This record gives sequence, structure tokens and C-alpha cells, in this order.
Amino acid sequence: MSHPSTYNPGSGFEKWLDRRLPIVRMGSDFMDFPTPKNLNYWWTFGGILTVCLVIQIITGVVLAMHYTPHVDMAFASVEHIMRDVNYGWLMRYVHTNGASMFFIAVYIHMFRGLYYGSYKEPREVVWILGVVIFLLMMATAFMGYVLPWGQMSYWGATVITNLFSAIPLIGDDIRTLLWGGFSVDNPTLNRFYSLHYLLPFAIFGVVAIHIWGFHTSGNNNPSGVEVKDIKKDTVPFHPYYTVKDGFAIVVFFILFAAFVFFNPNGLGHPDNYIEANPLSTPASIVPEWYFLPFYAILRAITFDIGPISSKLGGVIAMFSSILVLFVLPWLDTSKVRSMRFRPVARMWFIIFVVACLALGWLGGKPAEGIYVMWAQIFTAYYFGFFLIILPLLGLMETPKQLPRSIAESVLKSPNTAAPDHVAPAPAE
Amino acid sequence: MTTSDIQEDGEPTRRDFIHIFGAVTAVAGAGAVVWPLVSQMNPDASVLALSTKEIDLSSISVGQAIKVMWQGKPVFIRHRTAAEIEEANATPLGALKDSAARNENLAGSIDATDDARVTPANGEARPEWLVLVGVCTHLGCIPLGTASGENRGDYNGWFCPCHGSHYDTSGRIRKGPAPENLLVPPYEFLSDSLVKIG
Repeated sequence: MSHPSTYNPGSGFEKWLDRRLPIVRMGSDFMDFPTPKNLNYWWTFGGILTVCLVIQIITGVVLAMHYTPHVDMAFASVEHIMRDVNYGWLMRYVHTNGASMFFIAVYIHMFRGLYYGSYKEPREVVWILGVVIFLLMMATAFMGYVLPWGQMSYWGATVITNLFSAIPLIGDDIRTLLWGGFSVDNPTLNRFYSLHYLLPFAIFGVVAIHIWGFHTSGNNNPSGVEVKDIKKDTVPFHPYYTVKDGFAIVVFFILFAAFVFFNPNGLGHPDNYIEANPLSTPASIVPEWYFLPFYAILRAITFDIGPISSKLGGVIAMFSSILVLFVLPWLDTSKVRSMRFRPVARMWFIIFVVACLALGWLGGKPAEGIYVMWAQIFTAYYFGFFLIILPLLGLMETPKQLPRSIAESVLKSPNTAAPDHVAPAPAE
Repeated sequence: MTTSDIQEDGEPTRRDFIHIFGAVTAVAGAGAVVWPLVSQMNPDASVLALSTKEIDLSSISVGQAIKVMWQGKPVFIRHRTAAEIEEANATPLGALKDSAARNENLAGSIDATDDARVTPANGEARPEWLVLVGVCTHLGCIPLGTASGENRGDYNGWFCPCHGSHYDTSGRIRKGPAPENLLVPPYEFLSDSLVKIG
């Protein structure tokens, strides 16, 4: 890690172990990591996300003990979990709502990174790894939603796997390979179950190197100014941020519990309590809420572009909306990280957040009439923000005066010695 | 030893050869391992064994349509009325979004005339029987219109409720996001009232 080790083995055993496997040193240095003293509550979502991942893995392992991945038994085995298994209802509702909580947290975490320029030099790799985690999360959530084998499971899987058939030449073969048959069927359910169990551990691994990354570059912070003096600008992670993150996690648990205990099916679709029927398509197929913005982008391309059919165009647009995040560090030309000091960029960013929320709303509406037009407008803005606004803005705007250091940014004036409060984050 | 390792004229040495040979062998070995790992995901023997199906048509009266399962997908078989056949024949090719027949029983690029849509693998076109894979060519939903009383869309054929694709009485895409006509599966008439799909 990037800071000198502060660990002093206390006991004889620790000294003995430290020469052989410095694992206590690693944990101690992790806890002592010099962290910018001005991190606000938007920075607690990293910790919240780690907790979400652990909750999903624990409840998921439990559910796997009672679930049967077979088309004839999957739906019934989920009802068996709900009715017969001791606390099965709790495990399943925590797992299904946990997925939603995971996505709420990850979207806030990503908007945080966008607003404060956390993707900029020298944190490009941290950001890219974050996008990889996001993709793995989406794949995991999608396959998990198929497992109960309800109508939305089946038809959601059918629509999403059919996206691959839009790829020219090899599309149909890829689709057959994904299905293991000629439609979504038992082989598909089996492989999705296998991968749904595997991918969270892959996420765990990428999270580890994501953390390694920003423990090498150091955390970004709300001022966007780099740490200049470890003594003045930082505090040790423990106890300052273990406590702050802990408090945020407890508050987050209140929201989580409110869903689990008072509205456990509020974020799901009632059609998924109807067993999958390959002969009958539900009146409307809607993905889970966290995929709706991307679903809206997929359906916004209703026109052919030269040789590209509207179907392929929609698929390209949907995947590009995530892939563009990989090159974001090189699209944004501004050297100033935090949008606190970029008033013009901040305005465009707020419109961007509105566009994302609007796309989410439109994704749940039927693809017709005025909804399509608005989806097209917001899709255009989504891409315009990354491909036109951010590249040009960095060259044209005049940022505000940056503070000389983190320590200065948290003081009211350089003369006031009392660090009485951390500047609150601007509302997103 | 050192003199034989480096040759003045830049020619590959015996050591270069063993490096390249070793690397190529390792790549071939990796490929040989990956092949079965990918291939196991393709349809297995038990899935392929169910790839044909025979259907008795005698109980389907004129104007009626049925759904049967074939390869895990629904197949629509419609006993068309004279009016439906006429309507399909009267449609000019220029009015079609997809002008290809999409009939697996016909080789080459054939225009999507109604006759080309109802030709089995054996014999002449049988316009009274329309056989289609009942999967929307957009994103794989099942179009409505087979059971009586269902919405048959603006062209009196099928209507996909997912994203609003309209198919005509020949199963051809006329309006909406679907790019292709409904696929005609391979089928042949074993007798006048018995058809084999697949």
C-alpha cells in the first residue's frame, strides 16, 4: 500500500507471525490508511456496497440449500422456501430486496464518482474496475431473476438472450450457445444457476483490486485536490471512517428493512408469481427497475441507421451506454476534478442525473407515442453528455479558484483555526 | 554452447525454434481444452432428439389455428379461409417490410409471395395451411392472434404485444420493430392430414 507501515507487533507471537505471514500488519495498515479528512456522506456508499455484497452472498448460499434448478420444480421450490423453510421468507426477501438495495447504492456511488471526478488521473484504473464490477452485477442480477422461473423470469430471459441474435453472422449461434437448446429451457436455467452462484465471487475479487487501486492512488475527496500533507489533510481510516461508514450503514439498513418487512414485493413484478409458460407472453415485459434506463435506451432506437437495423441499433446503443463509461477518463478534458469548482459542468451534470431518472421512468412505460420521443431525447442527452459536453467543456469553461489544500478547503478562512465542520455536499 | 545460440546472420537458432515450438504447442493445447468447455453449452443429444414432431391436422376447421410445441418454441398452424388467402395474395411485394420468404423449405433468395410462404419441403404450395414458428422476430415474444378472440393486429394476422409488431395473414411483418417475417419452419406433408415439423 502507498503509505509507510505504522504497525508495531505488540506480542511475541505477533513478532513471530510478522516475519512469516504479515497478515496482521496488512489489516492494521488497512485500518490506519490515511484518508482525506473532508469525505462527506456520499463517500460512505463504498462501505455500504461491501455490506450489500456480503449480505447477498450469505443469503444466496442459504437459498441455494433449498432451491431446485429444474424447470418443473424451480417455481415450486421457491414457494417451498417461502412457506416451509424456517425463516425462508426472510432469507428470500432479504436477497431479492438486497439486489435492489445493491443497485440503489451502486448508482449513488457512480453519480458520486461522476460529480467529484473520481475517474480522473490517477484513478482511471479504479474507475474502470468499478465499471467491470457494475457489468458483473448486472449479469448476476439478470441471471438471478431468471431462477424463480416465473413469467417475468422466463420472458425477461427470452428478450435479453434474443438481443444477442442481433449480432450479424454469428448472432444466432451465440444465442443457441447461451440457451443450450432452441429456446430458453432447462439447460438455460441450469447454467444461469451455476453462473449466478459463481459471479458474486468474481465480483468479490474485482472489489479487492478496486480497493487496492485507490489505496495506491489515495482516495479522491469532495474538493478534488490531492493530499499534500498527510498530517494536515488526512485522518486514519479507523476510527474516523469506520464510525462514519458504520453510521451510514445503519441508516441504510433502516431503508432496507422498511422494504423487507413492510413492502417486500414493492420493487418486483406481480407476474413473476405466475409460473413460466412458454406459450403465453405477458401483456408487457418489464425488467427489474434497475435495468429500466438501459431498457429505455434499447427501445429508443426505432429507426434504421444505414445498414444497421433498428434492432441491432438498439442493442448497440444499450451496450454503448455502459461501455462509454470505460473511456470516460479520456473523454473529460478538464483537469479540475470536483464539480464544486465547475459551475457550468455542474449544471450539465444535474441535467444528466435528471435524464437518467427520466429514462428509468420511460423504460417502464409502453414503447409507443410520446414515450418513445422522450426516450430518444434523453438517450441523445445521455450520449451527448459524455461525447460532446464533457470533452468540450474542459476546453471552454473557467473553473472557480481551487483551494490550495484539503485542510484549507475545510476551514472557513485560512485564519480560522477551528475545523468546526466539513462542507456539506451539494445536492445531486 | 554460446556460439551456437547466437548466429551472426540473424537466422533463428535451435533455441528460438524450441521456444516457438513450445509456445505453439501450449496454444494448441489450450485450444483443445477450451473447445469442449464451450461446446458443452450447445444443445445436447437429448435436446436434439426432440427436433421433429408430427401433427394431425384433421381436427382443425377452416378459420381455426392451433399452437404446438416444437423445439421448445410454439408453432402456429392456421387453416386459412379463402378471404385470408386472397388478402395475402393481394398484397404487393413493395408493401412488405421484409421481402424475403423466410421459408426453410426453399433454398436461395425467394420473394415473400404468399405461395412462397406456404410451400412445404415436399410438393406444391398448400395455401390453406400456414405453418409458422410463433416467435416474434424482434425479441422473441409470442404474438397474439392464434386463439380466437385475440388481437390479430392491423393486418388480420398476428400482433406482438411486447413491442407492437403487426403480422399479416401470411405471417409477414407489416408494421412495428420486428425486422423479419415470421419464420416458416421445415415441414412436410406425410398425408393430406398429417404434417411433420422439423
